[in-house]
Amino acid sequence: MSLALTINGEPRRSLAVTIAALVAELGLKPEKVAVERNGVIVPRSTLAQAALADGDVLEIVHFVGGG
Amino acid sequence: MAETDADTWTVAGRTFRSRLIVGTGKYRDFAQNAAALEASGAEIITVAVRRVNVSDPNAPMLTDFIDPNKVTYLPNTAGCFTADEAIRTLRLAREAGGWDLVKLEVLGEARTLYPDMRETLKATEVLVAEGFKPMVYCVDDPIAAKQLEDAGAVAIMPLGAPIGSGLGIQNRVTIRLIVEGAGVPVLVDAGVGTASDAAVAMELGCDGVLMNTAIAEAKEPVRMARAMKLAVEAGRDAYLAGRMATRKYADPSSPLAGLI
Repeated sequence: MSLALTINGEPRRSLAVTIAALVAELGLKPEKVAVERNGVIVPRSTLAQAALADGDVLEIVHFVGGG
Repeated sequence: MAETDADTWTVAGRTFRSRLIVGTGKYRDFAQNAAALEASGAEIITVAVRRVNVSDPNAPMLTDFIDPNKVTYLPNTAGCFTADEAIRTLRLAREAGGWDLVKLEVLGEARTLYPDMRETLKATEVLVAEGFKPMVYCVDDPIAAKQLEDAGAVAIMPLGAPIGSGLGIQNRVTIRLIVEGAGVPVLVDAGVGTASDAAVAMELGCDGVLMNTAIAEAKEPVRMARAMKLAVEAGRDAYLAGRMATRKYADPSSPLAGLI
């Protein structure tokens, strides 16, 4: 049973159980991103334990060029 | 010139040799950005925090070209128009990079990109309470600068002209007043268009200069980066050397005695 998530503003379904698994599923390197779930930052050290729930709204950010 | 070699500045307990901070936006590509950084001699770069492109996770990333272990990344809050947005952005930045030294800017309007000082001060207080070391983009107002410092800003960064305008230092008097009154480093952030502008900022006694567009939008960014490095060094030396007094009329440089 996949979960209905919102990732960076886009609806997406995933079979990932944890945020760490989701990050891996998206092909991202966990050490280069930060994750916010439902408005609360998820510390990187806890991504592997952070269980996803249906309806979770996630923001996954990284550093880009800027002034 | 040993005293010049030893000329460093310190912000939030971290000491740097280069007084030039460069942005990483608007470059043709990351390779050009990295080359310009090298030519600039800068030890600190500003970076923005944005959503990962989930549909293209293998797109090149800034960190692949500029090593965060060799250069100090200074996360910014560009594009934030409220204290809450800026605080949220920097919390994410700290989680992504682990750095507490940050650049706070809270903008008031898109047309001028002038800072909203009420929101900026509010954000500064919250960030300091959370252990951040905010270097703060602000108006060229000596009173506002003092309020930021009292709130815990680790550096005051007044604009010399609107962001991205390249108009040069339009406010020498107020920049100088801020420098004279500040107990933390003062850096001109925004307004520099060419090398002489950077020199002017340094001659006013600023501890450093932050720029992005002046280098990125030059026809040859790498050459301009080098020019900025030299201008910052020249301006700093001129400030330390202490300029001559001005005179209303000419004063001959060769002796008058012994004229044939």
